[in-house]
Amino acid sequence: MSKSTFYTSIGYKILMALSGLFLMVFLLQHLVINSLSVVSPESFNEASHFMGTNPLVQFLLQPVLIFGVVFHFIMGFFLDLRNRKSRTFNYAYNKPSANSSWPSRNMIISGITVLAFLAIHFIDFWIPEISTKYIAGDMSGLMNDGEFRYYHELHEKFNALPRVIAYVIAFVFLSLHLLHGFQSSFQSVGVSTNKTRSSFYKIGTIFAIVVPFGFITIALFHFLTQH
Amino acid sequence: MNLTLKIWRQKSNTDKGSLETYPISDVSEDMSFLEMLDVLNEELIEKAIDPVAFDHDCREGICGMCSLYINGEAHGPDRRVTTCQLHMRKFKDGDTIFIEPFRANAFPIIKDLVVDRSAFDRIQQSGGFVSVNTSGNTQDANSIPIPKDDADIAFDAATCIGCGACVASCKNSSAMLFVSAKVSQFSLLPQGQVEAKERVINMVNKMDEEGFGNCTNTGACEVECPKGISLDNISRMNREFISANIKK
Repeated sequence: MSKSTFYTSIGYKILMALSGLFLMVFLLQHLVINSLSVVSPESFNEASHFMGTNPLVQFLLQPVLIFGVVFHFIMGFFLDLRNRKSRTFNYAYNKPSANSSWPSRNMIISGITVLAFLAIHFIDFWIPEISTKYIAGDMSGLMNDGEFRYYHELHEKFNALPRVIAYVIAFVFLSLHLLHGFQSSFQSVGVSTNKTRSSFYKIGTIFAIVVPFGFITIALFHFLTQH
Repeated sequence: MNLTLKIWRQKSNTDKGSLETYPISDVSEDMSFLEMLDVLNEELIEKAIDPVAFDHDCREGICGMCSLYINGEAHGPDRRVTTCQLHMRKFKDGDTIFIEPFRANAFPIIKDLVVDRSAFDRIQQSGGFVSVNTSGNTQDANSIPIPKDDADIAFDAATCIGCGACVASCKNSSAMLFVSAKVSQFSLLPQGQVEAKERVINMVNKMDEEGFGNCTNTGACEVECPKGISLDNISRMNREFISANIKK
């Protein structure tokens, strides 16, 4: 494909869809690892230590992930602005609910909410993690008592009710985002057909419920086991 | 029945325009929507008021000329019909009906409810055709075997009348449903496959050049399309576009 292929409306759709699909795979693996904190703190510690110290994860997958996140958000804003320019004078009376769902029309709102959550999430976990490992130079993953720190840090964070509420709200919006985003991405890359569209819709609905509500359950588990 | 009409009036493309209120009485439920507007215009002419300009031609739902955004929906509240096929029985006595032109920057207003949809013509001209060899050796189309399913899907795509309801309904003013129907009706048939690559690239480029927005797969176009053109066509066009760019 030439460079100019991606500078078309379909090219933008494809790039948006591919970055979205990549982020959905990331979400799934993040949920699997976080779920370990509920069933086995030891396994969670081991998985977290592996992910946090493995050079392949840290210096290849992590930068790719950060690029994917930034790219998806920048493209989202870019496309939203571009689309707004295509109708500068709106209808006096419009009834969009008659023909389309709220999540499909408001991806920018659910996306901005998820972006705001990511800022909190980075401050909560990612920045302290990077600071400990690459500024303080402590790659051991251990606390003073010789135990792994990962489960302890996660469990402690969810002691605060405002944080838990913020997480729950953000994941509800993530659910709405995925509800449209999952099946939409398969349509954009041309995989969806009349025969498969309903299957993508059903799988997407399951994904959009299971993944965000899985994260909510984990946050609630850690909160409730401390109160 | 008695109705209150709120109609967009705009003298020209450069005029600001506004919604004007017109009461209308004794409307028969058997009238078509356009007949109701005809009656209104007769009353306006009698009062020496400029009649409301609106697009219409065949009044049989085939030509794609009528438009109108009625009570927040392209071609009004009914499904699988054009405005000329919409009947007043869909409304109740005492209703207020908002009538606006199809709005998209690629469809500039000419006057009142009339919009310039020639952007669609230019997209068609960029690739929506089959070049016919007139050397005298052209094969009879009926002698070329075509799978029944492909013929049916191509025919369904070809029922697009190019009215622009998809653009009017889309929150992004995207023309993807129209363009994809035109791409599909040819790409599924052997006669159209010869130029399939150039067609999809040229039509997509022209669509972008005309200022239509991006498709975000809300599906509003499919719901509001008077001919029920399927979203499957958009997916097919995306496949064709990717394939054409890989092979070029």
